[in-house]
Amino acid sequence: MSEDDDRSPPSDPATKPPRPCAAGILASGSGGGGGVGGCGGGSTSVELFPAPFPDQVLENVLESVLCFLTCRRDRSAASLVCKSWYRAEALTRSELFIGNCYAVSPRRATARFTRVRSVAIKGKPRFADFNLMPHNWGAHFAPWVSTMAKAYPWLEKIYLKRMSVTDDDLALLADSFRNFKELVLVCCEGFSTTGLAVVANKCRQLRVLDLIESEVVDDDVDWISCFPANHTCLESLIFDCVECLINFEALERLVARSPSLKKLRVNRFLSMGQLYRLMIRAPQLTHLGTGSFGTVDGMILGDQEQDYAPAFAACKSLTCLSGFRETLPELLPAIYPVCANLTSLNFSYANINAEQLKPVIRHCHKLQTFWVLDSICDEGLQAVAAACKELRELRVFPIDAREDIEGPVSEVGLQAISEGCRKLQSILYFCQRMTNAAVMAMSKNCPDMVVFRLCIMGRRRPDHLTGQPMDEGFGAIVMNCKKLTRLAVSGLLTDRAFSYIGKYGKLVRTLSVAFAGDSDNGLKYVLEGCPKLQKLEIRDSPFGDAALRSGLHHYYNMRFLWMSSCKLTRQGCREVARAMPRLVVEVMDNEVDEGAIVEDEVEILYMYRSLEGPRDDAPKFVDIL
Amino acid sequence: MAMFEKDDLNLNLEATELTLGLPGCTARGNKRALPNDTQENPKSAINASESTKKYDEETAPPTKAQVVGWPPVRSFRKNCFQAKKPASAADQGDQASGIYVKVSMDGAPYLRKMDLKVYKGYAELLKALEDMFKVKVGEFCERQGYSGSEFVPTYEDKDGDWMLVGDVPWE
Repeated sequence: MSEDDDRSPPSDPATKPPRPCAAGILASGSGGGGGVGGCGGGSTSVELFPAPFPDQVLENVLESVLCFLTCRRDRSAASLVCKSWYRAEALTRSELFIGNCYAVSPRRATARFTRVRSVAIKGKPRFADFNLMPHNWGAHFAPWVSTMAKAYPWLEKIYLKRMSVTDDDLALLADSFRNFKELVLVCCEGFSTTGLAVVANKCRQLRVLDLIESEVVDDDVDWISCFPANHTCLESLIFDCVECLINFEALERLVARSPSLKKLRVNRFLSMGQLYRLMIRAPQLTHLGTGSFGTVDGMILGDQEQDYAPAFAACKSLTCLSGFRETLPELLPAIYPVCANLTSLNFSYANINAEQLKPVIRHCHKLQTFWVLDSICDEGLQAVAAACKELRELRVFPIDAREDIEGPVSEVGLQAISEGCRKLQSILYFCQRMTNAAVMAMSKNCPDMVVFRLCIMGRRRPDHLTGQPMDEGFGAIVMNCKKLTRLAVSGLLTDRAFSYIGKYGKLVRTLSVAFAGDSDNGLKYVLEGCPKLQKLEIRDSPFGDAALRSGLHHYYNMRFLWMSSCKLTRQGCREVARAMPRLVVEVMDNEVDEGAIVEDEVEILYMYRSLEGPRDDAPKFVDIL
Repeated sequence: MAMFEKDDLNLNLEATELTLGLPGCTARGNKRALPNDTQENPKSAINASESTKKYDEETAPPTKAQVVGWPPVRSFRKNCFQAKKPASAADQGDQASGIYVKVSMDGAPYLRKMDLKVYKGYAELLKALEDMFKVKVGEFCERQGYSGSEFVPTYEDKDGDWMLVGDVPWE
């Protein structure tokens, strides 16, 4: 599960943490001695071989030490110390993270970091998920894969998010990297089952093939049959987003010959009966995506009398359940045997009510991550609050994503969660009505909050009990939640809310704003007050050129700024572009008749720092100022 | 608070339907003809003749304030529940599901299913049948049934008799 998850992919568990004694060698810092000492200081040592130049020694030591630095921010800091550290760090960085594919070119990246084993690249900004960005805007994987094919023949892992990936890209990938092990595509599009088949067939060492929230074109290719015919190395196979029929018999055989398989998430075209057959072949699973958890085309495709609980019970290591795409509620008891061990449960496609949830959730004492539909209502959330004391992350999605309807969850559910789940760190909550009081309660009850995203679906809705703006609620969140790094606001908000964010949101890195604020001041407060701000996405809010100008001091520190349907003019954006040469300022219009740009108004502004200047693959509806 | 019947909305506004969309995009995602309350938020009331500066995106018949990308739920997720009926029996109420019938055509390799509720009358139904099976059904007249085509729409009634489509009133 990584919908809108901003965490970078987990680093190789084989990497060891830095050893304290290594710092001791560095501190003693003497050149001239021969050989690199072990732990416990190294200022004197026996000369066993001709002494290399002092710089050389230091660099060797440095490289050995830097191997233990995995956090990319630490690495970047180390690389700034001096040229020698820069070089050593570049040689030893094995995981490359590119937060914006246009911030740096493939050539520059591969020239600096020459020994990379694992690459993560992010493309489009998040608002592209909601159809706010025109199609074919960019974020193509092609230039990256073609450059890496030559630069990193030993590449093992690729993680892509919101990139446009073609079958040709996948074919090149499969052909170029002999030792390729892990492919993770999150929110990507542009490829088909043909591309999957090539990867399955040619990447013989493949351990991980994870397709998450991606769009895959159905080319009618039986890619499941393309995996190696004898034992595979597969540890993770995730394809719950793939909207294509698959060859079930081939999948069953694949699971049977994949003894290392720990994570399996199938798509909704697998019925309960078929799932059962897979499960009995893979009791070692830790993560299971259950597919339909019901019927497909009205059929279970299994024994009508089958009791599925034993199959679940046999999976003693199961900690993460998802799927439930066409849930037959009467089948839910089958998962009771595993509930007590579950740390993660994704019911966000399961249209179940509170009564159907209760018997399940009350066993889930260890649950840390829970995604669910608001069909469970406030009452269901109360049951969650009562049972899941270890909850760290909650996401409540709307079953009916319209505005102005009677919603099933409200401040009552939020309040209950805040009282029951004190360890909560991350929440995404869709609702139709909310109160400041409930939000304030959460700010006090859940001090560990890191991610707070509240979406009151009716635009500009006030506190439905007091009629007041939601300023005080969100103000309390930034004030009381001292660890907050990500915030999404909604409801009726005045500039006051933004003044709170600017004043107290000192750690906020990602801020999402929609239909909020009164004037330029709102945006000014944020740009002037939040030193850690990295990603700012705003839509339909009355912020104009003056507000945009107030962030000039900070834009080089940010990954991007998105503003759509605000009050920006072309002239204002042009001024920013002129003032900041290392910013790429992209302006787009939404009008179908592109020729008739009557006014100076800017529909979409997307700007980001870049070492490369304007990109050369911009489509014609993008204007780079 | 103006609430529109879903059917009325389709009927009245088809001719004036605006399909403004983002450059390069096809019709996908959250374009649903659903009633929406526009009174609460005067700023978002759509006026088709207004200047190009709009506060909201229009992707559906213009009297609604349906906005592109709002609420921020991914299309995939939104589309999952559009056609669904609630799992619990309690919800059935007036959210009546469609009237699905099986339709077969001589010589076609497989059958199709249609929701009769979607159509307002025989004309629409016949048009849909024509589109679905790529055939022309011919002119209907009371006296002689269908003429001008070798394909004739028929249905099996509850007595098991094969009847010509179009004789009884649509309701």
